[in-house]
Amino acid sequence: MVEAKTYTSTRNSCKLCAPLGASMVFKGIEGCVPLIHGSQGCATYIRRYMISHYKEPVDIASSNFSEETTVYGGSKNFITGINNIIKQYKPTVIGIASTCLSETIGEDIPGHIRNFKENFQGPAKAIPTFINASTPSYCGSHAEGFHNTVLATVQTLAEHEKTDDLLTIFPGMVSPADIRYIKELLDDFGIKHILFPDYSETLDNEYTSEYQLIPTGGTPVWKLSKMGNSKAIIEFGSAFNKGVNRVKNSGSLQTAGEWLESTFYIKNNPMPLPIGIEASDRFMETLKQISGNEIPEKYRKERGRLVDGYVDAHKYVFGKKALLYGEEDFVTAMADWCKEIGVEPFWIKGADFETLREKAEEFKPDFVLGNSKGYYIARERKIPLVRVGFPIHDRFGANRMHHLGYRGTQELFDRVVNALIEYKQENSPIGYKYL
Amino acid sequence: MAHILDERQKQVSMAGANERTIDCNKASLAGSVSQRACVFCGSRVVLYPIVDALHIIHGPIGCAAYTWDIRGSLSSGPELHRLSYCTDLQERDVIFGGEPKLQKSINELIELHNPKAAFIYTTCIVGVIGDDVEQISRTIQKEKGIPIIPVQAPGFQGSKKDGYKVACEAIFTLVGTKSKPYTPAKSINILGDFNLAGELWILLEYYKKMGVHVNATITGDGRVDDICNAHNAALNVVQCSGSMNYLAKMMKDEYGIPSMRVSYFGIEDMSDALYDVARFFKDDDMMAKARELVTEEISRMMPALAWYKERLTGKKAAIYVGGAFKAISLVKALRLIGVQSVIVGSQTGTTEDYELIKQLCDEGTIIVDDSNPVELSHFVKEKQADIFIGGVKERPIAHKIGLGFCDHNHERKEPLAGYEGMINFAKEIYATAMSPVWKFTKG
Repeated sequence: MVEAKTYTSTRNSCKLCAPLGASMVFKGIEGCVPLIHGSQGCATYIRRYMISHYKEPVDIASSNFSEETTVYGGSKNFITGINNIIKQYKPTVIGIASTCLSETIGEDIPGHIRNFKENFQGPAKAIPTFINASTPSYCGSHAEGFHNTVLATVQTLAEHEKTDDLLTIFPGMVSPADIRYIKELLDDFGIKHILFPDYSETLDNEYTSEYQLIPTGGTPVWKLSKMGNSKAIIEFGSAFNKGVNRVKNSGSLQTAGEWLESTFYIKNNPMPLPIGIEASDRFMETLKQISGNEIPEKYRKERGRLVDGYVDAHKYVFGKKALLYGEEDFVTAMADWCKEIGVEPFWIKGADFETLREKAEEFKPDFVLGNSKGYYIARERKIPLVRVGFPIHDRFGANRMHHLGYRGTQELFDRVVNALIEYKQENSPIGYKYL
Repeated sequence: MAHILDERQKQVSMAGANERTIDCNKASLAGSVSQRACVFCGSRVVLYPIVDALHIIHGPIGCAAYTWDIRGSLSSGPELHRLSYCTDLQERDVIFGGEPKLQKSINELIELHNPKAAFIYTTCIVGVIGDDVEQISRTIQKEKGIPIIPVQAPGFQGSKKDGYKVACEAIFTLVGTKSKPYTPAKSINILGDFNLAGELWILLEYYKKMGVHVNATITGDGRVDDICNAHNAALNVVQCSGSMNYLAKMMKDEYGIPSMRVSYFGIEDMSDALYDVARFFKDDDMMAKARELVTEEISRMMPALAWYKERLTGKKAAIYVGGAFKAISLVKALRLIGVQSVIVGSQTGTTEDYELIKQLCDEGTIIVDDSNPVELSHFVKEKQADIFIGGVKERPIAHKIGLGFCDHNHERKEPLAGYEGMINFAKEIYATAMSPVWKFTKG
């Protein structure tokens, strides 16, 4: 890891803005429509960006600020927006993300919500649950937006009645396939759980033939409210994500898991994203302790096959150098995994793509491991890019890609090995048929 | 129509003589989930293809990240436009002002790239904190000797269409600032083609064959020096009139350059675009060459089109695109291959555009302004459309309910303009309509 940038400007940014992370989390709540309180463009850009990755409908409403709204406040637009969302979508939850615009003019969103509820004409049960996340884009990136929104949701909904034999798990910003895998794994372990946010269906849905205004799936509110009853929490990647250091509101320096722990005295188990054998072992061990159950045979075998794969292909990867970028949680987990298989990782905290491109000149990576946006660096250096994480805008099936656990690691390992083999084959004057 | 919000009822109409005039040119309704973007977006997409200028976004990171390398606008030379620069404002900057950061950013990037000009886009937040971008731009322009052009595009100051106007104003500051030693008499500027998938180059070839000199291309494969010299052309040929009419008007008022509206999509409109230019120059030789070109192209493509028409006849299409003028061309182009348009809508159409659509389309065709997923998904079901033609955000709407889809937005990678574009279009419509996968989505 090297220190970041020498330029004042950000040149080809690696990060995205906070309301995008918020929108992803809101898509992981059952019956939820996100509303971005700001200009129309924020919602539309984020929709477009997410659609290009997930290839799924991503409906996000906007309060559509005008000049007048900006001068006199967004209350009127907010209420119109909420009413129109209710008319069109009949949501059970509306997730509100603020923007740099609404935060700067000092919008009182909790006040707007109260105002709306007090003046609502219809039956009280038609009022959706509101979740309000503060996500100005001048504070952190989409990753902070994601974590702040997880925290905001938990703070809004979690209650404690009694302690249940229940695990709350925050997997972080992972793929729909990863979420499905974690749920399957917990079921196989016999662990009753609440996973949040769960966009494994909403952002990777089956063919529906009718347009589902709100796609099925997501963590339901009744489950979210029971998080306070958990006996344990697992939080991936949270060691690096404590929200952002806000000047105005330094109170958000806590993760959702930490908040639950300090509020309801539930044991929080923060750990890196389980990428690689060591990190996955740690996850499995924790599950074993929490449940008192043995690791299911299925996963013992998955691990065994992964070790077998490592052995068979170790020489293809040993000593290779990888250029990494992406959300800090993700990159640190990937970097540890690289070390586990004998690959030397290179990444720069907080760097933009142009800085990475320049530093790659010295580091001379053999391959790139990251989202689509670093493709131009791989192309320039004529090295393979193994696409992982978000966004993947130039390949198909990003939502079905695994990264976590033994299964995810196996998939990643196979893809990295094959990328290197293919590179060798394509660049060899001899048309090898065995490699 | 219950699925249409009350406030939006007047933004939906039908083709047919007795149907009402559509209400348009309005701000999007809060909570409607409009498919539109903002002022910033409008200005950014129009200026983006100017390839030898720096494009610096003064604002938060999202605005820059979501518009990085976003359009498939190709360059025959420099590719500065494909880089995304941003002041990436932080809370500290919002409180104390972002001016020092902007000044440093512009200076360092000019040093790094030696560009012909720099466009400085302001965003929502800059509109609120009030950084004096004009002053900074003037100062640096003086020091560096290149045009530094503020593009005042806070997202909340109107709609995407207002962003087009902002972009036109930015371009207009360059026009007339330099003259090349010689500009041929029979020269045109091409306004409103963005060289998506190299479409502009197809058009250049046509005009060259006719003996027309193309002076400046605004903004596809655009060059700052050509734009500076744009006032020396005899005619502005304007496509995508929604974005470029305003520039054409300013150039008419200031330099007396006449303009004509054209479209390069479909055979009829493409051919008219060539004939109209020849007619303008009152040049028989040019007209003869245009005729020859059109005849040759059409006779070459007719068998293919007939083949597609035979197979596609009876299919129904829904069109929802950015500009209504393009929608008009699409209706005609689809008709050529036997496809009926049953829904026609746009994000930014004008009353005149929609009246034209009303006359052009078959009775009962739904016409809609500034629509959204709820409406569009209802319309296509109601009208039993087979194919949807739109942009990235419309694709999942179509696919989730079993419709074929053709991307006619600025991310397309196959040229759809010109005669070869018409063939590509037919091919794509055919591929999406005839795929065997639909057997799994029915019933």
